[in-house]
Amino acid sequence: MNAPRRNLMLADALAQVGAVGLFLFSILAAVPKSLRHYRETVRQVWFVGAMSLVIIMTCGLFVGMVLSLQLYYVLTNFGGTAALGTVVALSMFRELGPVVTALLFAGRAGTSMTAEIGLMRATDQLSAMEMMAVDPMSYVVAPRFLAGILAMPLLACIFNALGLLGAHLVGVSWLGLDNGTFWGNMTSTVEVWSDLVNGVWKSAAFGAVIALIATFQGYTTPPTSEGVAYATTRTVVSSAIVVLALDFVMTAFLM
Amino acid sequence: MTQPRRSFQVGTGLFILLGFAALTYLATQTTSIANYQQGESYSLKAKFSNIGQLKARAPVKLAGVRIGSVQSINLDPQTLSAIVMIAIDKRFAEIPDDSGAAIFTSGLLGDQYVGIQPGGSPDMFKDGDEVILTQSSMQLEDLIGKFLVGGDTAKKGDQAKSDGSE
Repeated sequence: MNAPRRNLMLADALAQVGAVGLFLFSILAAVPKSLRHYRETVRQVWFVGAMSLVIIMTCGLFVGMVLSLQLYYVLTNFGGTAALGTVVALSMFRELGPVVTALLFAGRAGTSMTAEIGLMRATDQLSAMEMMAVDPMSYVVAPRFLAGILAMPLLACIFNALGLLGAHLVGVSWLGLDNGTFWGNMTSTVEVWSDLVNGVWKSAAFGAVIALIATFQGYTTPPTSEGVAYATTRTVVSSAIVVLALDFVMTAFLM
Repeated sequence: MTQPRRSFQVGTGLFILLGFAALTYLATQTTSIANYQQGESYSLKAKFSNIGQLKARAPVKLAGVRIGSVQSINLDPQTLSAIVMIAIDKRFAEIPDDSGAAIFTSGLLGDQYVGIQPGGSPDMFKDGDEVILTQSSMQLEDLIGKFLVGGDTAKKGDQAKSDGSE
């Protein structure tokens, strides 16, 4: 009795995945055209990147500070506080930087992308564009997608830098670790390509995924105020799930 | 209408600059790139019977001061010992050629490094010289073995070590 409904749900889920995939292809097809009028992409980088700086920097600072404090208490048990800088840097570069930035980015930028495009859909602006032979994929969606890919790695780097500053403040200035040990052990262990740049690739992938989900949810929202509200919620929820799952997969393959 | 557009363009440029500045800072100041030799260096060769956890680009220290880094680690197929190539900064050219090299660990959990113990020879190391006196990395298993079995294995261990360093 339950079987047909379950099949229907499975079919719905598959259809959703397929729709996202097709949407990705149509974004990629619209990218060359949107690059020709790059102004909109620049404006989106400003909106999703530069406007997110305050939250990213504040959170990065506090994540670095708390990481330093926690690790200090743990490492004291092993007499290994000399490794504090190394552990903070590795965990920031490889995991926390890309992932926490992605979750913040989904909350800060992904929601506003969905709400903006969703309201365009609800107020028939997208249909109006199509009637004027203006392709909304290349004028509205593709610039946001590109901005997500561009802004996320930069935001993650800024997050990491501020995190290290926070770790330095707590570890060296407050808890009194030796400055040379803190940075010296870090520089002898952390590798550019395998640690830092892998984190940058990860964050670019997260940016693409979040922008894809956010624009898809906005573009396909039911044209009601309730529909836009649900679409915005779905953006955050599915971005978080997909980012964390993709993080595991990428870590398993890249590192 | 032009004013706001210009301000967001400037802001976007600043944001991108800030992002790349952060990336450059992280790449050059917090990773192993910061340890690359800037100036001229000369290389020495040292054979160890066991290098433990020594890795390429590990520091080389004399009296605790960093004077260079490990360039490469290879296996000598004849003697079956490890060949460690060491790059030492040209500023530290005055190292007697009977100095020894040993592999130490910094702290309990720290990385391993090559320590140079200065000798008394009037001649100095030149580029491409080999460090004859070497002392391998201390292996916890060997120590425990020596402790359990007594002096016999300790002698054997010394024998193997002197073989390896020839």
